Amino acid sequence: MKLTGAEILINCLLEQGVDTIFGYPGGTVLDIYDALYRNGKINHILTAHEQGASHAADGYARVTGKVGVCFATSGPGATNLVTGIATAYMDSIPMVAITGNVGLSLLGRDSFQEIDIKGITIPITKHNYIVKDVSELADVVRQAFYIASSGRKGPVLIDILKNVQTQVCDYEPQEPRKYEALPVPESKLEAAAAAIKASKRPLIIAGGGIVSANAAPLLRQLANNIQCPVAYTLMGKGNVPDGEAHCLGMIGMHGSVAAAKACMKADTIIALGTRFSDRVALNRDAFAKNKTVIHVDIDNAEIDKNVVSAIHVMGDLYNTLTTLIPMVGNLEHTEWLEEVHKYKTQEPIKKGASELAVNILSKACEIFPDDIPVVTDVGQHQMWTAQYYKLKEPRLFCSSGGLGTMGYGMGAAIGACFGSGKPAVLVTGDGCFNMNLNELSTAVTQGTPIVILLMNNGVLGMVRQWQKIFYNNRFSQTTLQKKTDYVKFAESFGAIGMRINSEKDIVPVLKSAYETAVKNCVPVLVDCHISCDENVLPMIKPGATYDTQIRKMEDN
Amino acid sequence: MAEYKKEKQKWTIGALVSNESGVLTRISGLFARRGYNIESLSVCTTEDPAISRMTIVLIGDEYTLYQMIKQMDKLDDVKKIGCADELDCVYRELLLIKVPATAEVRREIVEIKEIYKAKVVDLSIDTMILELTGIPSKIDAFLKVIEPFGVLEMQRTGVTVLARGTHTLKDRDCYGDNI
Repeated sequence: MKLTGAEILINCLLEQGVDTIFGYPGGTVLDIYDALYRNGKINHILTAHEQGASHAADGYARVTGKVGVCFATSGPGATNLVTGIATAYMDSIPMVAITGNVGLSLLGRDSFQEIDIKGITIPITKHNYIVKDVSELADVVRQAFYIASSGRKGPVLIDILKNVQTQVCDYEPQEPRKYEALPVPESKLEAAAAAIKASKRPLIIAGGGIVSANAAPLLRQLANNIQCPVAYTLMGKGNVPDGEAHCLGMIGMHGSVAAAKACMKADTIIALGTRFSDRVALNRDAFAKNKTVIHVDIDNAEIDKNVVSAIHVMGDLYNTLTTLIPMVGNLEHTEWLEEVHKYKTQEPIKKGASELAVNILSKACEIFPDDIPVVTDVGQHQMWTAQYYKLKEPRLFCSSGGLGTMGYGMGAAIGACFGSGKPAVLVTGDGCFNMNLNELSTAVTQGTPIVILLMNNGVLGMVRQWQKIFYNNRFSQTTLQKKTDYVKFAESFGAIGMRINSEKDIVPVLKSAYETAVKNCVPVLVDCHISCDENVLPMIKPGATYDTQIRKMEDN
Repeated sequence: MAEYKKEKQKWTIGALVSNESGVLTRISGLFARRGYNIESLSVCTTEDPAISRMTIVLIGDEYTLYQMIKQMDKLDDVKKIGCADELDCVYRELLLIKVPATAEVRREIVEIKEIYKAKVVDLSIDTMILELTGIPSKIDAFLKVIEPFGVLEMQRTGVTVLARGTHTLKDRDCYGDNI
């Protein structure tokens, strides 16, 4: 059948099972939006800003495991997507970003709203395209979805010239090409299985790769079978249930004491779908000293990139664990587990005079249902959420781990709501929230029940904490001095505002916030007045070793 | 445990890449971004018009070599990649050099080019263009003796490489799997 480029695009998106798009129209995507309007089968969420759309597509992808899709026009529309694309790239989140560009006759002439978005996004996409001929369009869209969702997942950008959108071309529907990860044969796992069997004190570090491969059930089975404690990275939160016996919590710069001690004592590290980033390995040369590191990752380039492993397996985590579990069978590490359990109960962490923020989060996960997504922005509140908000399943935690994008949360929470079909919790700080608070209006318009826990301390808490530790309390530009009344602000946007001023408010306000959000399908912003001196602890300084973990500020 | 040799050396890498606009930007951008030190890069289309062949000379340690190959291998545009140093290969580079060649020195230059089996490809009243093909070290040696005459301009193509015998890059498995 003969269709225009814009119609072909919409049809190809439907082929891929796209049900929701986050975007913002403009001059060079008018034809696409017209085709979207006439087709009427895809839900389009109009955000306040293209950055919000890209974060929403990211949040949608994280909770569903499907490819998130966002639209933007050329020029500033396209450049506004960049931070969201980079965020998805750093965390290996499948996304297809579609932008319009000026027509071929205007291309390369610095025309109005013309930008080389393909050139700009080369370093932050798995692949990208500029479509100059309508006959290529359908295959480009199909390839883009395949690339985004196969192997190590990531964002792909398609820039479509305006004239391509109106050109007519033959279109034949196609079944989407399904990604089948290669099976991992036993022969590739013999060394790993032997090392695991020989280990006396194994530790599993589970990363985002387990989430991507939907391998959490297998991870839990492996941990149980071989009696092995599990620490997770920020990206791997939910892989093992928080609070469960084997689970040591997060590992890394702000990881738990138990994870740090277990990591020091372990003779074998089984690293599954994690890339030993500087926030996890910290000192990459010291990290693997005196231990056997077994590294499994789907991306060959991650093998030996940061930490040189003794044994490595390149493969999909689901398939790897499927083969590995029967190979290692059941192992007994009773003594080691007992020792590790002791680490959990030792040395309470002192975060400062007030601990309101962490108490809010500890209570929040008890009060809110345990199957709703939790989204964070970046900074102290993000680490507290990772440390204190107990999660039982993967794909419930959306947080910008690699890029550390302040302003990620509001858009991502909207995407997480649409993806999960459930209410969402957004934990943010007053610094981050101010970066993309415009998207609160989107959440109101869309009637998305989001409980926003705004950790309001009047400062850029994490930067300030570093100024305390590394810059002798010289608080350069980290005191916000805003006069914003966030309750009134929320109300002016059509949301509902509440406040937590002290410990006694926590339970009633959280309960009321959640009920109100769900009942009225409206975002509820809870302005939590926390101390500017509540710190994120424990902490290991950048580049330092695990034995130097700071557990109270005086240790520093 | 994998041990990477720390010494820096030259590595010659061959890659088959899609012949599309922007591919060179994508690949050279990768080198710049990850801090790889490239000595030369030559690229041209192949017997298959959809494919270009790239030869890259990298200066770095073994870790850098593996990282560069693996990072390149991830790109959708890179179809095959391999390190030439693993195989028995023929390396060639071409030099064009324009030197001042007035009547007084012309004889002397011609003598040198005879020894190196270079060719005179252009002659004017007072200049000469010489062409030399060979392994890079031969070109280096030739340049050393010709430079005293003065160099008006010159261009080297960068190294190109093919494996001897039946080996071809397109039939080669991705390098990554062999590491």
